[in-house]
Amino acid sequence: MDVVLVNIVGVLLIIAIIWWFWLGPKHSAVKVVSAVDKLQILVKDGVYEPDHIRLPAGRAATLHFHREDPNPCSEWVLFPDLEVSAELALHKDTPVNLPAAKPGEYPFTCQMQMYRGTLVLE
Amino acid sequence: MANEQQSVQTVFRLSGVNCAGCVNKIEAAVQQVKGVGDARVNLADKTLVVCGEVDPQACIEAVRSAGYDAQVVQSSERERREEQRAEERRHYEQLLWRSAFALGVGVPLMIWGLITNKMSVNTFVDQIIWGVMGLITLAVLIFCGGHFFSGAWKALRHHSATMDTLVALGTGTAWLFSMLVVLVPHLLPESARHVYFEASAMIIGLISLGQALEVRARGRTSAAVEKLLELQDVSARVLRDGKELDLPIEQVQAGDQLRVRPGEKIPVDGQVLEGSSLVDESMLTGEPVPVKKGAGDSLAAGTLNKNGSLLFRAEKVGSDTRLAQIIEMVKNAQGSRVPIARLADKISAIFVPIVMVIAVVAALIWFNVGPEPRAAHMLVVLTSVLIIACPCALGLATPMSVMVGVGKGAEHGVLVRNGKALQQSCNLDVLVVDKTGTLTEGSPRLTDIDCDGDSNELLQLLASLEQGSEHPLAEAIVSSAHEKKLQLQPPSDFEAITAHGVKGTISGKEVLLGNTKLMQRENIPMGSWAVRADKLAEAGRTVMFGAVDGELKGIIAVADPIRDDAQAAITRLRKLGLRIEMLTGDNSRSAEAVAKHLNIDKVHAELLPEDKERIVAELQQGGERIGMVGDGINDAPALARADVGFAIGAGTDVAIESADITLMRSSLHGVANAVELSRATLRNIKQNLFGAFIYNTLGIPIAAGILYPVTGMLLSPIVAGAAMALSSLTVVSNANRLRLFKPTEVH
Repeated sequence: MDVVLVNIVGVLLIIAIIWWFWLGPKHSAVKVVSAVDKLQILVKDGVYEPDHIRLPAGRAATLHFHREDPNPCSEWVLFPDLEVSAELALHKDTPVNLPAAKPGEYPFTCQMQMYRGTLVLE
Repeated sequence: MANEQQSVQTVFRLSGVNCAGCVNKIEAAVQQVKGVGDARVNLADKTLVVCGEVDPQACIEAVRSAGYDAQVVQSSERERREEQRAEERRHYEQLLWRSAFALGVGVPLMIWGLITNKMSVNTFVDQIIWGVMGLITLAVLIFCGGHFFSGAWKALRHHSATMDTLVALGTGTAWLFSMLVVLVPHLLPESARHVYFEASAMIIGLISLGQALEVRARGRTSAAVEKLLELQDVSARVLRDGKELDLPIEQVQAGDQLRVRPGEKIPVDGQVLEGSSLVDESMLTGEPVPVKKGAGDSLAAGTLNKNGSLLFRAEKVGSDTRLAQIIEMVKNAQGSRVPIARLADKISAIFVPIVMVIAVVAALIWFNVGPEPRAAHMLVVLTSVLIIACPCALGLATPMSVMVGVGKGAEHGVLVRNGKALQQSCNLDVLVVDKTGTLTEGSPRLTDIDCDGDSNELLQLLASLEQGSEHPLAEAIVSSAHEKKLQLQPPSDFEAITAHGVKGTISGKEVLLGNTKLMQRENIPMGSWAVRADKLAEAGRTVMFGAVDGELKGIIAVADPIRDDAQAAITRLRKLGLRIEMLTGDNSRSAEAVAKHLNIDKVHAELLPEDKERIVAELQQGGERIGMVGDGINDAPALARADVGFAIGAGTDVAIESADITLMRSSLHGVANAVELSRATLRNIKQNLFGAFIYNTLGIPIAAGILYPVTGMLLSPIVAGAAMALSSLTVVSNANRLRLFKPTEVH
């Protein structure tokens, strides 16, 4: 009985991990910020909030990163496809200027790739 | 956190404020602005401090509406950096404290377990004692490791998994299982009633200790930017209303006149108005020899005035100075990725969920087919795999090396634009070098004067004639006459004959200066001078004939001298395995002479600017990786076409903006330094990636128990925790080894 129970729990866990991280719908935890708002992104507890940002393509923009996380991983934010990186000051707003770019999805991460977000230009 | 939000301060510098009445008026006006918690004017230093999250522009408008003016005082980059370092120190101490507390609980528990081997729950007394220990360990998890759990929860909600997820899952599982043993031991077989409270406390303690050491080691990786920031002076001696005032650097404006005394740093970029001095620019350019500066010369912020007093006009201040641009560029490049990291990036992104699956699968295998106690083994394997597999070392492998490598480059006057350029410089096949200004000094000089009579007399006549010409060769002749302090006469009837030379009258004498064609045109017999001229031309000189009153008096030779260090630099580059090719618009005879002298493999002479790009493209079509060295502006198309463009000696805004790598000094040694640095950095990155990959690929199977059949032992979660803490520390420390990099150039 124990063996069956443990195995069922194990298999369910594996399914849950695969579904949650890869297959499941992700928009539930995603916020969309429009261009008219001040684009402030909170860097705290291992995540960017919001982690999905939608902006019009072909226009330069400024994102304000507010870092509350003393973890050194969060010190830098990188937009590798846009060749932009910035060192984030702690407990302060750091404006990050993005150049005008084509429509598409541009991931942004910390140096260790633990903090992840996506910039969608459309 | 709320307090921190409220304590956000913006400082404004006020103008037009001179009485207590003004103070009240301004304070009242600013208080009306949305978000202002408090507004205080300091009449003595004429500043306004506003507390709260405010729009600075709204505050400025409010001050203006009250009839005054205000400007935001930007805290300098250095101040910001110091604040950051202070935060880092606080974080470091906090991590140490957490680690000490967690290890203070975990170590005695572990020692107790090792000595007595009594870590099982079999009686009611055991339940009480271990229940209390469980609560103490819970306090450790909450106070010392709470951030792992909150981070893991947040990441989980965002459908992502981080290092926090693994630590929280590992320690949480160990604690929950142990608590289950304490609360309902009778539900578990006797052999599985082991508690693992010490493991959760030790893991939190060791990982916090590892993070603390990593914070300290990371601080050193940005040492180069710190050094550059230290070059920025905090104050400047400004001339205002006939007086010299020491003002904060932020208040210096373009157009201000500044005084800099011997031993002081130049505070902003500018142009010398009065005085002369030797200026040490090595901190900015890597050029070891101080440069003589006098009226009209430009000065760069951060360089050191050695021995004279200089009065100069500020031209670029604040973020416009070359030093500020360099700092910005270095910071940006330090954060960029290298192409080699792409695989590690992809793996890091999906690594944690995969590890979670592996951990569950391994645990199930141990539970189903492993030896007794199966439940305990399952837990140990699950916890160890989760803890040891953290991919933080993998994530750090490239950024740390790029950070140190780019910074180290800046120290040697090599400004790398991004990680890609840094990587590509390490495996170039051919280096294409522009001749003028790179291999040669770029300004022709008179090298030989051959005549039958007094050479100074001939030079005086020829230089007097050339005063009217704008040709670069004429400049060489005139400046040589000036150096010899010869008195020049104004020419009359001056005529420049295209592609031939010049003629004119000096003190009643008809003087001609030009090539053979000019002599033939004017019917002047060449005699033995043609042979003598040929010898000089073979040595790469540009030769001209000088005739006075219809008789050829002598020949004069001009050449663009080869730079003193070109030969040594070329030898270094060849040793690095590069083939050197020369590009020049000059005639092939002088180009060949320079190439022969410097042992250059191939020469492309008599080129138009657009030909340079074509040649680079042709070489690339042959499958070779090309580096191009030029002065950054007229060579721009070829620099852009090459795999790596090195803008040499310019250090101008344009070059910094456009080149892959900008060399702050006018020497090919800079290119060799860049290639050596690039190779050292790539080697360091590969070591880091190898270490991180090996660590994870070996660590996971060991934690999963692959060695059990041989050793009969499973990896303790505590050892896994220690290994994880060590892995990132090892990567950061290895990256810091790059700080010992020294180019092979010998001064």
